[in-house]
Order: sequence, then structure tokens, then C-alpha cells
Amino acid sequence: MAAAIEITGITKRFGEFEALRGIDLQIEQGEFFALLGPNGAGKSTLISLMAGLQQATTGHIRIMGHDVQRDYQRARHALGVVPQELVFDPFFNVREMLRFQAGYFGRGPENDPWIDEVIEGLGLTDKAHTNMRKLSGGMKRRALIAQALAHKPPVIVLDEPTAGVDVELRQMLWAFIQQLNQQGHTIILTTHYLEEAEALCQRVAMMKQGRIVALDTTRALLKNHATKQLSLRLAGALPTQLLSLVKQQQGDEVILGLSELTQVETILRVLREAKVEIQDMQLQEADLEDVFLNLVGNQQGAQG
Amino acid sequence: MKWLNPFFWLDDIVTPRWRGVYTLFKKELLRFWRVAFQTVASPILTALLYLLIFSHVLESHVKVYDQVSYTAFLVPGLMMMSLLQNAFANSSSSLIQSKVMGNIVFLLLTPINTLSFFVAFLAASMIRGLLVGLSIYLVALCFVTVPTVYPGWILAFALLGSALLGTFGIIAGIWADKFDQMAAFQNFVIMPLTFLSGVFYSIHSLPPFWQAVSQLNPFFYMIDGFRYGFFGHGDVSPWLSLGVVASFLLALAWLCLKMLKSGYKLRS
Repeated sequence: MAAAIEITGITKRFGEFEALRGIDLQIEQGEFFALLGPNGAGKSTLISLMAGLQQATTGHIRIMGHDVQRDYQRARHALGVVPQELVFDPFFNVREMLRFQAGYFGRGPENDPWIDEVIEGLGLTDKAHTNMRKLSGGMKRRALIAQALAHKPPVIVLDEPTAGVDVELRQMLWAFIQQLNQQGHTIILTTHYLEEAEALCQRVAMMKQGRIVALDTTRALLKNHATKQLSLRLAGALPTQLLSLVKQQQGDEVILGLSELTQVETILRVLREAKVEIQDMQLQEADLEDVFLNLVGNQQGAQG
Repeated sequence: MKWLNPFFWLDDIVTPRWRGVYTLFKKELLRFWRVAFQTVASPILTALLYLLIFSHVLESHVKVYDQVSYTAFLVPGLMMMSLLQNAFANSSSSLIQSKVMGNIVFLLLTPINTLSFFVAFLAASMIRGLLVGLSIYLVALCFVTVPTVYPGWILAFALLGSALLGTFGIIAGIWADKFDQMAAFQNFVIMPLTFLSGVFYSIHSLPPFWQAVSQLNPFFYMIDGFRYGFFGHGDVSPWLSLGVVASFLLALAWLCLKMLKSGYKLRS
């Protein structure tokens, strides 16, 4: 079975600037995959190369086994891309636009039930006959996603689909995308919201300055790169044995970093033996944001 | 609303292989048809105003060919001028608009190949140009008798002219990045070439120098050949006009396909 996406030795230069510096990545069919990185890391450039909107300087990309340059028609049939910007055609309504989009891919009236499904799944039923120009921002975003799905592609790339979208719509979108994933569609997404990637994606690639700096399952990344935190408020001073674990100290609150959960047991024993009373205790689970800051560097902030 | 779509009956027949180019063509067609008041009715009105004013002022002063009134002489010129301008406007404005709005990306993501892209934009442009030209003729018939001596030549130059300017429009649409660049193109290239091509006069009425200059203008051949079809008279042989116009069309179509294939300004 061909990989959904196979990226080999991709580099991309814009004059002197090297946007991508050697990307190798394979995404299997049926995966729910996140591509994370700060602004300017090269995520959107990589997506443009997959979609054939730009040409790579070196390297190859295959979508479902089809080279995006040499076999571009089959590759594009297999791919649906949701662009980042809210772009739309002001002349037509939602349903017309979706029919046109499917038509460009050779699909005719036999595809209409699928278009109805997409319209319904994205909550666009009331707006199906509304001109694109008259839709609100959130509705335009839904229509944009619907447009990428119109030809029923097996591989779907969403470039920050939830940027500027309210909570309700975000949840609805994810429910729909998850349903598509369960039906067998491969999903690749970039997002600013790391908790989304953590909740939805089985695997994550983190990019920085045109390179992939981490590629693993979400679980393994959390396990290997994030530390759990135990925050304590104590009646007395912290015993000296525990000083090496201190990550942060604010007033009477101490934050200890833990590599494993079993360390809690040891800490409690040491405190008990030193007769230091615990006034408050809180255990914080590690999240993808910690991993991100850890790997990509916190000076950039957690921008997807 | 379905009757408004002149091609709806093709929807159920087109095979998947031709569906892409057909859909793009249909979209381009509907794009101008939806705003037909602006894209079809207003150029017709403009042409008729020209006809009214010029014929009123010049009818008794200018005689171009024997047995042809100035008003009748003017009709094919105005038809061709409007046909050319509208064929150009259709493809160029559609492309620049989707580029500026950004929605051209949805077309670039599709498997539609270079030739289909070209043919779809071209065909819609030609239809708008031909529609405007034909409408001007039909309305003009209410005021003036215009003979049609060689309908074959009329049709040939109408098709070639609309194709030439439709292609020119695609090139301009790909090249321009902003609306004002497109406006400059239209005002500094298309307008002078049309006005100085013999729409309102026969180039034989010009001094020799300007006659020679006019003969370098490809638009002159489109209008002269077209007019030959109506009156059986022209400033040059229709075969020469045909050769010039067809050569220009081939050259521009080649350039346009090359631009599309390389992804110039669209995939970079």
C-alpha cells in the first residue's frame, strides 16, 4: 500500500533564502498527523509543494504513490487542501461553488450526494444557497473546508483551519474531521492550538527553520520530552535532598519537575521524614506545548 | 433559474474526461452572465451611443464607400470594437479578480491541464465578445440597413478577433498583479489600438504616414476584414487580413500556453 504522503529530500530556496532544508517524511494512509512549528518554519511552503502550487528545488513528493510533478493529475485527485487565507469567489453561492470544484476534478451530478453530506456535516445547510460574499467569517471558513473536500480526496491537508474560529465551530469542525478520519481519510493539519494537535493527532512533526526537529507519536513525544510538574506549598523549608528537582520557586510555592510519576512517592516520603507539612499540592500533566517549547525554543512562543 | 444557463443540458452528458474543462468554461460563462447588465448590456448601449452621435454629426460629411452610408459603415466597426474589448475584458478581469481575491488557488489545486485552462477561459471570452457584437448588430438594424455580402468572412473575423483578444486577456490577466496594472494595459494598449484601427474611418482618408502606421496595427486587419464581409469592400485584401490575424492569434496562443505551462506568476 502506497504511503498517503511520501516526502524525500525536499529543499526549497527563494533566492538566497532556504525555506526548506532537507525534509524526509512519510505519512501512512489513515493517519491523523500534525505539522507544527513557529511562523516561518516552512509548514505552508511544504504544503504548497505537496499541492503543486510551487516547485521544490530538489527532492520528490508523492501523494498516494503519485509524484506531484510528473503525475500531477493523479496526485491532485488524491489531495484536498484547505488554504490558510479566507479566499472565495464572490459570484456564486456555496452549493454552486462546491459543484464547480468537484467538476474541475471530473465529478458530475453523481457526486451531488457527497456534496450534500459535506454541506450537512459542516453545518452549511442553511447557507447552501447564500452567495459566498454574504457569509460570515466562520461560515466562509466552513465553505473553504467544504471546497477542499468537494472531490472526496483520500488525503486532506488543513492549513490552520481553526485560526480565528470560535470554540463552538472549532469543536464541530473537529468532530467532522475526525469522522472523515474514521472513514479512512488521511488528515494532515497545521494548527496554532497545540492542545488540538495533542487531542486529535496520532503523530506529530515539529519544524523549525526549514527542518523537522522532532517526529514521533504524540504519546512518545510527551513521554520523552515533557516533564510533569508537582507544585507544592509547604509550611517549612524544602529538604535539601529535593533541591535538585526545583524548577521554579515563587514565594512559598515550589515547582518540582518530574521525569516519572513514581517520583511523587519519594518526594512525599522525604517531606514526611523531614516533618514538613504540605499545605497545598498540585500535579500538572505535561502537554504538547511543553514539548514544543522544549524542542523549538521558547523565544518564539507557542505559535503553530 | 435553470433556463438562464444556456448549457444546462450538457451537465448530464459530459464524460468525466471532459468534465473539468466543461466546468471551468461553464463557470466563466456564468460569471459574466450573472452580471450581464454590466458585461453585455452596457457595452451595447455604449456602442449605440457612438453610433447615434457619430452618424448624426458625420453622416452628411463623410462618404467612405459608394452606396454605403456612413452610419452603415460605422456599424461593423463598432461591432468589432465592442467584440474585441469584451473578449479581452472577460478573461483578463476574471483572472486578475481571482488572483487579487486569492480564490485562484482553488483552480490551481485541480488536475485541469494547461490546454483545458486555456480553452475554457478562451471559449467564455469569445462567447461574451460574440454576444455583444451580435446584439449591437441586431439593435443597429432597427435604425440602419447593413448588408452582409460575405457572411463567411464576417464569421471568420468575429471568431478570430474574439479568440485573439480572449487570448490577449488571459496573458494580461496572468501578467498583471494589481487592478491598476490591468487598467493601464487596457487604457494604454487596447484602447489606442482599437481607436486607431479604422473603427470610425477608412484608413484611406488618412495621410500616407498614418496609413502606414495603421497597417502595423493588428486591430486594423480584424476590423477591415470584418467590414469586408459586410460590404464586399475593404482597405486591404481580406486574405491578407486573415493571414495577419491568424498569425497573431497563433503567436499569442503559443505565448499564453507557454506562460501557463511554466506556471509563470501563478505557481511561484
